[in-house]
Amino acid sequence: MAPEQYDVTAAVVGLARTLRAAGVAASPDRVHATVDALHRLDAHSRSDVYWAGRLTLCASVHDIARYDRVFDAYFGDRPAALVRRPSAPAAQLRLVAATSDDSAPVDDDGDEAAPMAAAASATEVLRHRDIATLTAADRFVLARLLAAFALPGERRVTRRLTPATTGAVDRRRTIARLMHAGGETAELARQERRRRPRRVVLLVDISGSMSAYADALLRFAHAASHRLRAPSTEVFTLGTRLTRVTREMAHRDVDASLLAVTEAIPDWSGGTRLGELLKRFLDEWGQRGMARGAVVVVLSDGWERGDVSLLGEQMARLHRLAHRVVWANPRAGRPGFAPLAAGMAAALPHVDDFVSGHSLAALEHLAAMVAGARRREPSGVMSHA
Amino acid sequence: MITNKGWGENGGVDVTTPDRLRELMTGQGYLADDGVATAAYLAISMRRPLFLEGDAGVGKTALAQALAGLLDAPLIRLQCYEGIDAAQALYDWDFPRQLLHLRAAEAAHRSDNAEALEGELYSRRFLIARPLLQAIETNPSVLLVDEVDRADDEFEAFLLEVLSDFTVTVPELGTIRAEVPPVVVVTSNRTREVHDALKRRCLYHWVDHPTFEREVAIVRARYPEASESLASSVTAAVQRLRSADLLKPPGVAETLDWTQALLALGAQTLDADTATRTLGAVLKYREDHERIARSGLGDVVEAAVGGA
Repeated sequence: MAPEQYDVTAAVVGLARTLRAAGVAASPDRVHATVDALHRLDAHSRSDVYWAGRLTLCASVHDIARYDRVFDAYFGDRPAALVRRPSAPAAQLRLVAATSDDSAPVDDDGDEAAPMAAAASATEVLRHRDIATLTAADRFVLARLLAAFALPGERRVTRRLTPATTGAVDRRRTIARLMHAGGETAELARQERRRRPRRVVLLVDISGSMSAYADALLRFAHAASHRLRAPSTEVFTLGTRLTRVTREMAHRDVDASLLAVTEAIPDWSGGTRLGELLKRFLDEWGQRGMARGAVVVVLSDGWERGDVSLLGEQMARLHRLAHRVVWANPRAGRPGFAPLAAGMAAALPHVDDFVSGHSLAALEHLAAMVAGARRREPSGVMSHA
Repeated sequence: MITNKGWGENGGVDVTTPDRLRELMTGQGYLADDGVATAAYLAISMRRPLFLEGDAGVGKTALAQALAGLLDAPLIRLQCYEGIDAAQALYDWDFPRQLLHLRAAEAAHRSDNAEALEGELYSRRFLIARPLLQAIETNPSVLLVDEVDRADDEFEAFLLEVLSDFTVTVPELGTIRAEVPPVVVVTSNRTREVHDALKRRCLYHWVDHPTFEREVAIVRARYPEASESLASSVTAAVQRLRSADLLKPPGVAETLDWTQALLALGAQTLDADTATRTLGAVLKYREDHERIARSGLGDVVEAAVGGA
């Protein structure tokens, strides 16, 4: 079609490879779709290539910013004619070799991609943080936490129906039974609303003041993510930034999980602006539905660097959305503790349960509470485990 | 019309390039930018579902309506909600009618031929097609799966199955296949992450708020009776509110609502007084009203009118 040909497939594969290095999961079937899309568009128009790639390779709004960066780096500012490769036929024959080690045009792209990938990994190494592998004692702790989570969890009534012995008549099943009996009157089938455990959202503070507890709390979060019969547990970390680590927590092995979490968190042991991050959480996730009707647990010492009134305001907002708000403060277990941190004081009026989280027993108690054990203490009273 | 090529099967409408599609969409009153036009073009051309995300009120549902309009195809809408299941989304047997039929057959003493009777009972005429089956049986059609994030994850897996090969298997009847797959638009408000497997089958597009010029054009296209100055000052005010850190930033839908409210009051310009009286069309939270009242709605309006 165009006078000068370039190898669309090679260009797309190279783009996808660069994207993967930048953290966008551009899987092979997506790449396939990109090539397909480009065949239906003008492969020599920068805008068409941009949109074909973006529509097929990105999976969420977070991918788009990365895509934009990679796209610009990969294609440079070559305007309409993107990457016109003079040596089309030969390159097509040995595509794999060309994209991997040929020093000709294709490798340019690798060079352009390299600084970004290198920069990203360097910063990650800087912020990387050792997580000791589990000792036997730790495993014991974990087992106990998991056991504590084995309770059914606080439940809510869903819209899904399930067969039951009492309740409304299940028209569908009753008539199916009738038909089965050749139209003779059969026993009425009944159904009721199914109950499911409520969603649990954990907000784990990993700022500097919490560093002594971060490991234990993340393990706790891992145990919570793997509680029995639970539909969903969402985990976020609060540092200088809000990071969603639900996906990283999904690994069954706790070490592998925590390693993934460590890699995902860019801001270990920084300062926290709880109010701002909480607002971030509510804006981006909570109000859209994640916090609605959920049990939200904040694991933090309430040490707020920013504006305390903002924290109070956002806690009030969270309280209106969530079914129950639990605040676990590791420092609350110390004798003579009073919630003096200004942030804590601002948050307390909007918390249903305030518990400590400094010891295994305290975490067990928290786990039991999250998992729906009857509340024993009225709000505001600390448990001494 | 019965081919499996898919391409050209658009109810006789000729969609050959994204630009051509954009013109057709403009004809439907939907002003698309490059991204939306390309996304919609590829969705039609590749017969891949189009997965749209974006803030509430940016025109995700309207896009499906525009596509249905320009393809002259019925829009079949599946509104998702928690607990939606196959009987509500795909098909259901019409049990009461089956039972009546059975009784009628008995009354006519035909119940001895059990096999024939069973065949009658489980025939297509006792099958109620719900949206997904309707879309597969209707050619051409546009299927809108609205707010898929509201459905639970069990439903997602099931939707994936239908959207990947556009066939429905009814055990008693056999497999029903779409002659030409419908154009599918899936929307999500991101109340939760939709599973990757579903997204992989789709083209993903994030719908952004429109630029100032485009939004003014959208208002003018929808309400031709609104003057140029009213449209641009309302749009400028909304765009200002959008960046004002609100609980619910107003979308294009709110811009249109506000314009409509102002037109209903007979206003030809936006001023502080009419803006205050109609602010409920734009801001839907008490906190947002308070915040804007504190920072001065008059200033927002003045800046909007002045800047526009």
